[in-house]
Amino acid sequence: MGEKIAEKDMVRLDELLADLGSQRGTLIPILQKSQEIFGYLPREVLVRISEKTGSPLSRIYGVVTFYSQFHLKPRGRNIVRSCQGTACHVRGAKGILSELKKELGLEGEEATTKDLGFTLETVACIGCCGLAPVIMVNDETHGRLVPDSVKGILDQYR
Amino acid sequence: MEKLARAHVLVCGGTGCSSSGSKEIIPEMRDKLKEKGMDMEVKVVETGCHGLCELGPLVIVYPEGVFYIRVKPADVDEIIENHLIKGRVVERLLYREPATLATVPDYDDIAFYKKQKRYALVNCGHINPESLEEYIGADGYEGLAKALSMKPEEVIGEVKKSGLRGRGGGGFPTGNKWQFTRAAAGDKKYVICNADEGDPGAFMDRSVLEGDPHRILEGMIICGYSVGADEGYIYCRAEYPLAIKRLQGAIKQAMDTGLLGENILGSGFNFTIHIKEGAGAFVCGEETALIASIEGRRGMPRPRPPFPANSGLWGKPSNINNVETFANIPSILRDGGDYFASQGTETSKGTKVFALTGKINNTGLAEVPMGITMREIIYDIGGGIPDGKKFKAVQIGGPSGGCLPEQLLDLAIDYESLTKAGAMMGSGGLVVMDETTCMVDVARYFLNFTQDESCGKCTPCREGTKRMLEILNRICDGHGTDDDIPLLESLASSIKAGSLCALGQTAPNPVLSTLNFFRNDYEAHIKDHKCPAGVCAAFVGYTITDNCRGCGLCKKVCPVDAITGEIKGKHLIDPNKCIKCGACQAKCPFKAIDKG
Repeated sequence: MGEKIAEKDMVRLDELLADLGSQRGTLIPILQKSQEIFGYLPREVLVRISEKTGSPLSRIYGVVTFYSQFHLKPRGRNIVRSCQGTACHVRGAKGILSELKKELGLEGEEATTKDLGFTLETVACIGCCGLAPVIMVNDETHGRLVPDSVKGILDQYR
Repeated sequence: MEKLARAHVLVCGGTGCSSSGSKEIIPEMRDKLKEKGMDMEVKVVETGCHGLCELGPLVIVYPEGVFYIRVKPADVDEIIENHLIKGRVVERLLYREPATLATVPDYDDIAFYKKQKRYALVNCGHINPESLEEYIGADGYEGLAKALSMKPEEVIGEVKKSGLRGRGGGGFPTGNKWQFTRAAAGDKKYVICNADEGDPGAFMDRSVLEGDPHRILEGMIICGYSVGADEGYIYCRAEYPLAIKRLQGAIKQAMDTGLLGENILGSGFNFTIHIKEGAGAFVCGEETALIASIEGRRGMPRPRPPFPANSGLWGKPSNINNVETFANIPSILRDGGDYFASQGTETSKGTKVFALTGKINNTGLAEVPMGITMREIIYDIGGGIPDGKKFKAVQIGGPSGGCLPEQLLDLAIDYESLTKAGAMMGSGGLVVMDETTCMVDVARYFLNFTQDESCGKCTPCREGTKRMLEILNRICDGHGTDDDIPLLESLASSIKAGSLCALGQTAPNPVLSTLNFFRNDYEAHIKDHKCPAGVCAAFVGYTITDNCRGCGLCKKVCPVDAITGEIKGKHLIDPNKCIKCGACQAKCPFKAIDKG
């Protein structure tokens, strides 16, 4: 944790804030775009957003922690989302999730691998129920899985 | 002008088919056709979803309308050589009816499509969603042109006449909602499209957004004209990247051609549409929470009234409808409200899209007239239950809905009949469950979901769902007591009565309906310490029998390393490590693993 924040990324943040900071209702898009720049939302970034937009830090923190999309800790280069929707649940999503954890070497509540290669999270429904059980890696969907297929899929991103 | 092609090859580019490999088929098809010099006479079109995602990637060849399933890039040569050159249908890629295994070449003869009445989904899978021309060619924007020639009150009158009710779950009459927003005082008004499709097991909105984005824009513009709004927002889940991309493209095309922007079609009416990406919170499907989220705040519901029609986005009158509701508007204007109202039942007009999933042969999207029976949907359209298993229940309406048993299969479906049976229309997710599904586990699954998504603002929902989940966990873990069922029922009624928004008010439904129809399942867990379906881990265990040859496959497949043993020797499962996923049993080639 505690990766150094690059100066050029802070410049990009300032440009973003100059562009959107004064408009109303833009806090969530600002956070979404900041997360695209930094990969997650470090404290320094939230402080800067607060200074430039005039929103109290507490309010920004409240929004960040409300939505599952925002992250306060560094994330892996690849995001694996394991669908836990109803259709996936009745077709064995639990076994896929435990295989993903095993294959990525994640224990307990850990979500990100030590080398920051992967972050594993669950999602309520990806909307690909016809292919259940499903996982999404970055923007790509992989369906009709059995625990055996997990390794091959992860290897494509290693 | 583009030359008319003698044949069209439609390749489904919906999310389902893309992830099954349709993305590779399209360039392969184009390259091969070019090689043969046929690229001018055969046109390859990437379409939206056909609804039968299970069998994707889907390819349809017109003019014959031949329907090919599970097509791979390697099949492209054969389709070109035999079908497109020699005119012979490629038999091995045809769809087979699950019951008879007979091949069905013609799209329209497939049982899955035969009973459907595609109204909202009419273009999905049939036009290129990225082409404005194709949408217009399919009578697109005709409804808008007609609406703009009418008075706004007349447009609302037509929507009222159609009897259309909100397709997002509530079922509120759409025309009345529009009327309220029109009547509200204020010169600035908004139209909002709720595309935050969050119910697990529902994907009809995704399909329309990806397959026919202009239809949603058209519905919103018509709404804006009739309620007096000049700005619209589409609040779409960030988990739907393709839908967002297609919407952005469609908005640009509409702006460039004067269908959006200033003085639309020369009528003097102005309207713009923005997209807001959701940030991942189920409760934002609730209208006041959705508005809070667009305004950049925590998406928490607030008490109503005032309703958004009077005080919505930025405190201005706002009309919010769901994607599927807007999808019905263009045709209602084009064909008239009476035509729409001729379908369906006395109180629920028109058609409804259902997402069929779970233990069913044809998973996918089916649009049917209201009043159809569950049996027709599951057996005629869905092709029944796979692997000769027995039907147990169908869960309808997502986390707010309920589970209906076999004796209610002949119920004619509409808003009222479902609510009376303890379920609800919801967004239209239908999850079919067979005899191997444990209803206590299903109830727990949904409670776990709603508990997780509860925003925490009101106590009944925040605390109540947590307590209910604890009880359900206890029952599934084998520690249930005789008091648990009455306690669940009493908590359920308090949460229903006391919660602020629909999330809490409906959260107990999955528990109440399973208690009502499948009480035996609960009692078996509590009194007999058994899970009749063999799902709840506390009551099942896997053991390896003497049939084991020591091949080691089970050991390899076990995700938690619970299996030990040497090659050619009998293997053992450690019951303390085993998570009962069943992967070993499915893998064992000698049927040497018993579940009991």
